[in-house]
Amino acid sequence: MLFYTIKRLGLAILIVCLAMLMLLSAIHLVPGDPAGIALGPRATPEMRAEFRALMGMDQPFFMQYFRFLGNVITGDLGVDVWSRRPVRTMIGEQLPHTIALAMTGLGWAIVLGIPMGCYSAVHRNSVLDKLTGVLSVGCIAIPSFIVGLYALLLFAVELKIFPAIGAGDAGDIRDQLVHLVLPGLAVGLGWVGYLARFVRTSMLEVMGENHIRMARAYGLSNRRITYIYALKLAILPTVALLGVGVGSLISGAVFAEIIFARPGIGKMVVDAVNTRNYPIVMGGVLVTTMLFALSTLISDLIAAWLDPRIRQGL
Amino acid sequence: MTDTTPSDVAIRQEPRFARLRQLLRDPLGCFGLVLVLLIILSAIGADIIAPHDYKALDVKSRLASPSWDHLLGTDNLGRDTFSRILHGGQIALYVALVSVGSSLLLGLVLGMLAGYGPSWLDNVLMWFFDSVRAFPVIMFALAVITVVGPSLETIIFVVIATTTPGYARIARASTLATKNTEFILAERALGAGVPRIMFSHLVPNIVQPLLILASMDIPVVITIEAGLSFLGLGVKPPTPSWGSILNDGYGFIRNTPWLVVAGGIPLIITTLGFTFLGEALRDVLDPKLKKDR
Repeated sequence: MLFYTIKRLGLAILIVCLAMLMLLSAIHLVPGDPAGIALGPRATPEMRAEFRALMGMDQPFFMQYFRFLGNVITGDLGVDVWSRRPVRTMIGEQLPHTIALAMTGLGWAIVLGIPMGCYSAVHRNSVLDKLTGVLSVGCIAIPSFIVGLYALLLFAVELKIFPAIGAGDAGDIRDQLVHLVLPGLAVGLGWVGYLARFVRTSMLEVMGENHIRMARAYGLSNRRITYIYALKLAILPTVALLGVGVGSLISGAVFAEIIFARPGIGKMVVDAVNTRNYPIVMGGVLVTTMLFALSTLISDLIAAWLDPRIRQGL
Repeated sequence: MTDTTPSDVAIRQEPRFARLRQLLRDPLGCFGLVLVLLIILSAIGADIIAPHDYKALDVKSRLASPSWDHLLGTDNLGRDTFSRILHGGQIALYVALVSVGSSLLLGLVLGMLAGYGPSWLDNVLMWFFDSVRAFPVIMFALAVITVVGPSLETIIFVVIATTTPGYARIARASTLATKNTEFILAERALGAGVPRIMFSHLVPNIVQPLLILASMDIPVVITIEAGLSFLGLGVKPPTPSWGSILNDGYGFIRNTPWLVVAGGIPLIITTLGFTFLGEALRDVLDPKLKKDR
C-alpha cells in the first residue's frame, strides 16, 4: 500500500507539472503579446518591458517554466498586477469560501442522491424507479448555471426565502449557512444525478451477492438487509467517486460564485480574466488543478485501500 | 469499406432500419429526438421563423413581458428575445458541430496512432492526454481567454483541446483490441499499407463508440459555450448567444424574470434532448453498455 501511495503521488505531481508545462507553452504559442493585451493599446514600450520583466516573460521559455515551478514549490505565486499583493495571500483568503461551497454541493448530492439511488435499486423497475432514472439524467444534463439562475430567480428574487447575494456576515455561522443553500444546490444538483445512478448500480450489484441471499434466507427484514447490509457495501465505491466530485465541484463553483456574488477562487479568477490580471489567473488555475489532482489521488487511494486488486494495476 | 458489393449493402441495411425502429420504441429516445429536431430546425430556419430582426433596437419597449408581438418579451435594449434565441441556436449548434467534429477526427487519428504505432509514441501521447485531462475545463478556458481574449474561435479551440483526449483514449483502446484480430492480420499478410489498414479497416470497426461519445458531448460543449458567454467571456455582442441572453437577464433579474427564463429554456431543451438521444443511441448501438433494467 505504501509503495502504491508513493507511486500514485509521484504520478500526480508529474501530471500537474506536465499540465502546467502545456499551459505555459499554449500561452507562448498563441499569437499576441500578453503584455500588450494586459496593459492595453496605450502602453508605452517601456511599460511593456517592465511588465514582462515583472512577469519574467523576458527570459527564455524553459527558464520561465523552471522558475515558475521553483516559485510554486516555495509557495510564491507572484503578485497581483494592479494591487501588487501576493497572489498566495489572495488565494488563501478566497479558498475557504470555495471549499465550503463545494462541500455544501456535495452535501446536497449525498442527502438527495443516495436515498434516490437506494430507493431505485430496491424498487427496481417500478414507476418511481423509472422516474428517478429520468430525473437523475436530467439533473446531470442541465447546466449548473441554469440551476443557479432559476434558483436565484425563484427562491431569492420572487419568493425571497433565501438571500440572493454574498456569503453572509463573517462571524455569523447561521447566516453563512443560509447563504450557502442555493449556491450549493446549483453546484451539487448534477452530482445528485450522478450519485443516484451510481448508488443504484452498485446497490443492484451488491443485492445479487451470496451473503445478501443468505441474510434473506435467515429471514431478516428487507429494510434491515437494504439499509444495514447492502448499503454499507454499496456505499464504498461511492466514497471513491465523491473524491473526484470534490475536485470537479471546486472548479464547477465558478458559476455559482458569480451568480450569487460570493467570494471564492472562481469569482477571483473571472474578475482577473476581465482585467487581464495574468498572475492571479495562473495562480487560480494552478491551485484548482492541484486540488483536482489531489482529490483524484485521494479517491484512487481509497479505492486501492478498499480493493487490493487495484494496487497491482499501476 | 470501400468495395462493398450490392449484396453486402442489402445485408447491412436491414439491421440499420431495425436499429432506428428500436430507437423510436424507446420513449425517452423518441422524446430526445423530437427535442433535438426542434432545436436543429429552429436554428436552421431562424431567419424565416424569427418575427423580428435580432439586432433591431426598440428602446421604448425595453424589458417588455411576453406579448403577441414579442413572444418572449424583449431585452434591456428592446431587442426581441425570441428572435435572439432562434439565432443563438445557430451559434450553439455551430460551436458544437465544429468542435465535436474536429475533436472526433483528431481523437480518432491520434488514438489510432497511439494504438497502432510504436510504443514510444503511445507513451508520449498518453502522457499528453493525461496532462490535458488534469485541468478542470472551465479553468483551462479562463487561462486561455486571459491570453488570447474572448472569441468564438477561442471557445472552439478550448473545447477541441479538452475533449480530444477522451476520443483518443477510446479510439486507442478499440485499436488495441482490434489490431491483432484475424482480419487485420490477413490484411497485413496481403501486403496492405499502414494507412490503408488504419483508414479503411480499423476506422469502421472503432468509430461507433466514438459517435456515441460525440452525441453525449454535444450538450457539454453547448453548455461550455453558453457558460463562457454568460460570464461575458464567450461570443462578442451583438452576436446572440443563449449565454449572453442569460447574462443580460442576470443583470436585470430584479426588473424582469422573462429574460432569464427565456434564455434558460433552449439550453434545457438542448441538453436534455441530446442527452436522452445519446443514452438511447448508446443502448441501441452498444447493448453491452446498457444498464441492467
